[in-house]
Amino acid sequence: MTTASESESRRIVENAGIPVSRWKVASNPDEALNAAREIGFPSALKLNGPSIAHKTEHGFVKLNLKTEPDLLNAAKELLENEVNDSNLIVTEMLSGSREVIAGVVRDPQFGPCVMFGFGGILAEAIADVEFRLAPITSYDARDLISSLKTNGLLEEFRGEEALDIDATIDLLIKLGELAEDEQILSIDLNPLIIVDGLPIAADALVELKGETT
Amino acid sequence: MTVDLKYLFEPKGVIVTGVSSHPGKFGSVALHNILSCGYEGKVFAFGREEATVLEQKVITSFDSIPSNEVDLMILCTPVGVNEELVRRASEKGIKAIFCAAGGYSETGEEGLKAEKRLVALAAELDLVLAGPNGQGIVSPPASLCAQIVAPYAPKGRIAVVSQSGNFVSSFLNYANQTGIGISRSVSAGNAAAIEIVDFLEWFAIDPATDVALCYLEGLEKGRDFFERVKEITKKMPVVLVKGGTTTGGQRAAASHTGSLASDSKIFEGMARQAGITRAPNIESAFEIAATFATQPLPDGPRVLVLTTAGGWGVVTADAISQSSDLVLTPLPRDLEETINELLPPRWSRNNPIDLAGGETRDTIPELLSTASKHPEIDSIIQLGLGIQGNTANLVKNGKFYPEHGLERIVNFHERQEKRYAEASVEASLASGKPILVASELATTQPNNPMVRNIRDSNRLCYASADRAVSALNHLVRYSSWRNQSN
Repeated sequence: MTTASESESRRIVENAGIPVSRWKVASNPDEALNAAREIGFPSALKLNGPSIAHKTEHGFVKLNLKTEPDLLNAAKELLENEVNDSNLIVTEMLSGSREVIAGVVRDPQFGPCVMFGFGGILAEAIADVEFRLAPITSYDARDLISSLKTNGLLEEFRGEEALDIDATIDLLIKLGELAEDEQILSIDLNPLIIVDGLPIAADALVELKGETT
Repeated sequence: MTVDLKYLFEPKGVIVTGVSSHPGKFGSVALHNILSCGYEGKVFAFGREEATVLEQKVITSFDSIPSNEVDLMILCTPVGVNEELVRRASEKGIKAIFCAAGGYSETGEEGLKAEKRLVALAAELDLVLAGPNGQGIVSPPASLCAQIVAPYAPKGRIAVVSQSGNFVSSFLNYANQTGIGISRSVSAGNAAAIEIVDFLEWFAIDPATDVALCYLEGLEKGRDFFERVKEITKKMPVVLVKGGTTTGGQRAAASHTGSLASDSKIFEGMARQAGITRAPNIESAFEIAATFATQPLPDGPRVLVLTTAGGWGVVTADAISQSSDLVLTPLPRDLEETINELLPPRWSRNNPIDLAGGETRDTIPELLSTASKHPEIDSIIQLGLGIQGNTANLVKNGKFYPEHGLERIVNFHERQEKRYAEASVEASLASGKPILVASELATTQPNNPMVRNIRDSNRLCYASADRAVSALNHLVRYSSWRNQSN
């Protein structure tokens, strides 16, 4: 099993038609700065490379960088970690107060499954997630969303639009299609931030069969 | 491909092995149950010693059994002799075996080997093999009670398959209590050859069966189960209680998705996706299956609540609002106008329809008939029946009965209850919509004339509105699933 880099993970889900936040790879602080200028401030900067999971816990993530000096400093700091085979990834900071989580896992009994639920830093504590066996139909996806206990939190909220159910169904169906690729062992889209009602992946982590490609 | 199980459930003759003069031996118990529950096919009792047991001659070889007149053998003999008996029985043209005998894979390595030999032998001889280590088969359409435990059950439309023989008995006990009967039941035992899902597949094409009721513990081929069950549920509802956990094993652990996955979560998702009706416990599983067996499927979620008075309607409306799949529909305007003509002005004028005690002799039947036909109503829950029967009961047991005109009033009350119960069933049949009657009298006073009449019409009287709401919720969810799947 190999953990794909964030950039490779993003490429895989993006190619499947799943929306992700804007992003660009950079190999040094200057490239990172150019990337951030293109994407726009504030931006996020992360160490990018295979076998880097749980980036936040390792301090490999710098969020909400508002100025050019902030970004340059963060880039230098991250590169000081000297993690093999790694570079930087600059991403857009999505603004939305609600986060969901989606993913794919292979179950030894039931095979590939699609997951969706309430996300963010409390995701694992709340654990309000539901699974369906891939591939899934739009009926399955809709039923999955409506069977979440906290689905009231996905409705219109403090001036923010309700979660776009059709867009979410579409995303879950696409995850289900990805799950049929036997090379893919698991996918985490955690979090997906709800922006104008649309769930957009702010991070992606794909685990692949075999050695690094 | 569906395994043909008709010889298990509709055999033209049965051999029981392991019969002896000891009435407690499994073979003797099975023989007793077959002979005393009305089975009309030929029955042969096989044992080690010649004897007469329950007026039946016990044979010690199959020589005297005519060829092709027996389809089924119930094995209640020890592991060591069973393979030989299977070969001999096969020569006589039997088609199916139910192996009640234990001592197979449930006992360890040696037993597992014997089980594999038995399965291979059955396959070689082209025999259906159920069990081993199961409690037997009940098939009321064939008047067959080929099991080593009680009870037998009335004939009905529910087919039971269980990985625990004791829960077969539980389901059959509920069938006897409620009068909502059974078409087939089988204790799958070790399910060495015929698995739970094989039984379900056959139930789906069995003309005697409308709904399957299943208790499941372990699953070994989860994906295969899913793929097959979702085809079965397109034809027939499957009500399932899951005990224990499926064998989990390791999932990709580095991912959040993997760490949030649990066997029970994935099983729950699979069940919903496959259109399985999952019940939380044995009692409600039976009640839900009995509802599928006795009520039409609703076309949609809109429920009307009809009550003779007060609080019942309120709590039922609450339960509907909290349910996942039901809608307490606004009272249609034209229906309101119709009811205005039937009732004094104090009635509720919304859903729940609360008659506020304003009904006369014919109000309830008329109202039920009209409301059930309304296109904006998909189902009805009816409350507050049985009051008159309850009154009649008190009067009948009081010291003034039957004088003082009390006999007349008791008869009137009882007649009215009968009318209400009949009206509810008639309206349901005429409209093709579910009408569920709920009252605690179902259990507190099973002899109440309303309860008795509902039961006599082969429907359930639900012991509480919550239970009716819960059962109806499952019908609505299944109906919606089935509409999208076909």
